[in-house]
Amino acid sequence: MDFEAVIGLEVHAQLSTESKIFCACSSKFGATPNANACPVCTGMPGVLPVLNRRVVEFAIRAAVATGCTVQRRSVFARKNYFYPDLPKAYQISQYELPIALGGHLDIEAGGVSKRVGITRIHMEEDAGKLIHGGSSAGSQGSLADLNRCSVPLIEIVSEPDMRTAEEASDYLRRLRDILVYLEVCDGNMEEGSFRCDANVSVRPRGQEKLGTRAELKNMNSFRNVEKAIEHEIRRQVELIEDGGTVVQETRLWDADRNETRSMRGKEEAHDYRYFPDPDLLPLVIADAWIDELRQTIPELPVPKSARFTERYGLTIYDASLLASVRALADFFEGAVAAFGKNPKTTANECIQWKDAILANAVSVETIGQVVEDRETGLISATAGKTLIEQSIATGKAVRVLREELGLTQMSDTGELEAVVAAVIAANPKEVEIYKGGKEGLLSFFVGQVMKETKGKANPKIVSEVCRKLLG
Amino acid sequence: MSTIPVHEWTLREAADRIRSGGVSSRELTEAILGRIAAINPKINAWVTVIPEKAMAQAAVFDEMQARGESAGPLHGVPVGLKDIFCTKGIKTTCGSRILHNFVPPYDAAVTERVLCAGAVLLGKQNMDEFAMGSSTETSFFGNTLNPWDPSRIPGGSSGGTAAAVASAMCFAAMGTDTGGSIRQPASLCGVVGLKPTYGRVSRYGMIAFASSLDQGGPVTRTVADAALMLGIVAGHDRRDSTSLDLPVPDYDAALGRDVKGLRVGLPKEYFEGEGLDPQVRAAVDRALAALVAAGAEAVEVSLPHTEYALSTYYLIAPAEASSNLARYDGVRYGHRAEGTSGLIEMMSKTRAEGFGPEVKRRIMIGTYALSAGYYEAFYGKAQKVRTLIRRDFDAAFQKADVLLTPTAPTPAFRIGEKTDDPLTMYLSDIYTIPCNLAGIPGISVPCGMSSEGLPIGAQLLANHFREETLLTAAGAIERAIPLPRVAPFKG
Amino acid sequence: MAISTDEVRHVARLARLALSDGELATLGGQLGQILDYVKQLDRLDTAGVLPTSHAVETGTPFREDVAVPFPDREALLANAPDREGDAFRVPRVIED
Ligand SMILES: [Mg+2]
Ligand SMILES: [Zn+2]
Repeated sequence: MDFEAVIGLEVHAQLSTESKIFCACSSKFGATPNANACPVCTGMPGVLPVLNRRVVEFAIRAAVATGCTVQRRSVFARKNYFYPDLPKAYQISQYELPIALGGHLDIEAGGVSKRVGITRIHMEEDAGKLIHGGSSAGSQGSLADLNRCSVPLIEIVSEPDMRTAEEASDYLRRLRDILVYLEVCDGNMEEGSFRCDANVSVRPRGQEKLGTRAELKNMNSFRNVEKAIEHEIRRQVELIEDGGTVVQETRLWDADRNETRSMRGKEEAHDYRYFPDPDLLPLVIADAWIDELRQTIPELPVPKSARFTERYGLTIYDASLLASVRALADFFEGAVAAFGKNPKTTANECIQWKDAILANAVSVETIGQVVEDRETGLISATAGKTLIEQSIATGKAVRVLREELGLTQMSDTGELEAVVAAVIAANPKEVEIYKGGKEGLLSFFVGQVMKETKGKANPKIVSEVCRKLLG
Repeated sequence: MSTIPVHEWTLREAADRIRSGGVSSRELTEAILGRIAAINPKINAWVTVIPEKAMAQAAVFDEMQARGESAGPLHGVPVGLKDIFCTKGIKTTCGSRILHNFVPPYDAAVTERVLCAGAVLLGKQNMDEFAMGSSTETSFFGNTLNPWDPSRIPGGSSGGTAAAVASAMCFAAMGTDTGGSIRQPASLCGVVGLKPTYGRVSRYGMIAFASSLDQGGPVTRTVADAALMLGIVAGHDRRDSTSLDLPVPDYDAALGRDVKGLRVGLPKEYFEGEGLDPQVRAAVDRALAALVAAGAEAVEVSLPHTEYALSTYYLIAPAEASSNLARYDGVRYGHRAEGTSGLIEMMSKTRAEGFGPEVKRRIMIGTYALSAGYYEAFYGKAQKVRTLIRRDFDAAFQKADVLLTPTAPTPAFRIGEKTDDPLTMYLSDIYTIPCNLAGIPGISVPCGMSSEGLPIGAQLLANHFREETLLTAAGAIERAIPLPRVAPFKG
Repeated sequence: MAISTDEVRHVARLARLALSDGELATLGGQLGQILDYVKQLDRLDTAGVLPTSHAVETGTPFREDVAVPFPDREALLANAPDREGDAFRVPRVIED
């Protein structure tokens, strides 16, 4: 039988705010245990939550950028369950009335474009961290560090619109690119600021009814998401083909063993007893605020990439690569605006030096001047690479280095004519053969000139001059 | 000088006398601490008394006074707090074993405001465990006795607070009211108890029972003292999202206002029930007569959903409580069960040992009412009926400026009389509960004595933000019906 | 409305209350009684009635996104029944 997979993703994105969602503790990663904690986020008696305005702002920006409708009235609810990393024994989240509904994201996998629906976006607080068995010798138990408690998250739930692992990972990448573009999330999957759970089921192709789904967790890279989904699809298909049935369960991806494992037995039947949080009033959002935030949404990767191909004549591949990271795209356009007469060369340099650019190790001037000097023939491509490398290493400006390292090409036609004339005079036999029709010998003359000039001559101009003087 | 003993002064008298130099804060504090030492062992109104801290604080205020400085309107006056308000560095138990050793690293907003006004804190007052009860019999620290008759309960949950004020073990105190927990004990102890509009007083640091109903408010021996305390504790607090961002009126100005033309509504449903003691009915009638004699106009109003208020309350309050009390899990503070294996057992035993029967009962009701499959039938339904109850009040306040009702159906009942039957106990809050569901302010003011010498209170209810109307009307009743302000408890 | 012992046990488990058999029986009875009483609400037609979560409902207020560290970590940990260094210590999760 021919099976088709049905995949929906739930993404938890940590918002890049200074403080937590309901208290003033820092939401920065990496502090010592319980250093970023206070009576509110450790759930002490009588303390109360107050909503961070920027969290709402970020959620609205994400909603607008993904075509969702921002709800004028949304409600925070309590999700009740006991765990030592959840101090209040409930997570403040949004349930029946989330902040945003009904958006979409356009993806392109395997050369096919498709639109994936976004069911909803809601805001919630993160839980703390439980370190199992990480304590000193002789001690038994786990240690609770509540620094991450109440760090703001948005949860973005997709429709089950994806059919392959490739589509899922493309959706995920694009979603991450957008959130990073909006500067609402740093997108770091390894540190957990961008996390993904996948709901996967399979059904015979053509069947409308959905199969029983498994929820996959614990995938902390794009690669793992793709592998885990592929593996899970295969597992379910094989199971059904062997006459078995898929059970609804949570499965953990084990990256070391390359398999998903059932959490069955470890998970108790959940009954979260959601109800509106009486400590918070409904969140009321004025249209004016949404409009104001809409103005702050930057050009997003897909339209930007289209503009790059159109305006700069870049290939689709180069354009989308540059557009996928806002800082890189801005760098590229900055360099083109300031120096570039050749956007394609600029694009190539930007792609080649992507990591250095994103690490702020290379300035717009460095790339721009190298491109400009290559355009005017002052340096060769090889020299350009050397100059950028040296500039990164020494911090010196490329044009200073160009002189210091003597990498300036001889491009003066008059100067080169003298050298070419001398080479012609010294090689009468080759001139005769050339004139006899063997034009391939041009490279011989060019080579000789390059040798005479110790490689500093601009090869393009040299060949033009040679051709001219050889008649 | 006054002929009445120092401890019987009103809050205002005490503050005035310190201000005028007639008495020092240390003298006053020492006198009240002496009173507590003598009486409290028999009444058990206090869970924690802090004599050293109180005397040290009094000394600071006396020094300020000597320099011509004043800390605020309560400068140097000893007061108490229900043990539900967090006090930095001072044990805060909420009447529960699960918090028997909890020392908060922060003050409640109410604590801050009372202390900033210059009060000397004497200690923390007994209460029903987590404010769940109407008799102060559910406290882990033993029940409080009614100073008018020690064989009877003082009401609850702010029973320690009302008993302490009534027996002059402090000049004023702050209680909390979720379904009548300020007004009912005030009524049963013969003192004034005011529950402000929901959101008027910050809930920050006030240990939550039912968040959408809880509200702190003063318990005092006079209406004027209640106005003074309310002015101190009322006001916006950014730390409480449900705190009202509205200016606080001058409550003192309301005290002298005339009731002429005031429309006093009598909700007929409150007088129809079979559980209403005739003596209570008669006392409330006298209160009405007093208002009418002063120029107020009596009008009949109807609150047709009154009979559903108790059910509504006993779904909403336990549901919120089941979630609010889930944090007591033995991980970060409070009691932890010994000798358990594994996390789930540790938490479950901690909670089973730490909570008393009434709290467990309400956690069970609330958990059930919120659980999958029952939410709509119970919690969801109750929230809708809450809307109907609220609308009843909206309609009534079209016709009346203030409503007059009994505070409690009977005077103080005997200790142990209702502990076996939760539903009967719950019925003692029948007149006070709707007010919390509607979020409106209410006050209980003494209006009579039973033939057995037990105090009876009248309840006044006003529309949202209309505490001033309550103070005006309660003041008129107080002036017209002179009653003893301090229980004649000798010990 | 009779509540089965299994159901009472399930609710107790959800609420993390280790109740004795005696408590389960008593509470089960009382729970049934109270639920019977509150069932009177079914007499009311609430179709089209919006639920009230708060009697005084305005929009929730905001705080600005400024980090202000709590100054006393030790005070947060001082009440802990068990701790190791600056972390709260709890028994390990044991599946049952
Ligand atoms: Mg979530
Ligand atoms: Zn915090």
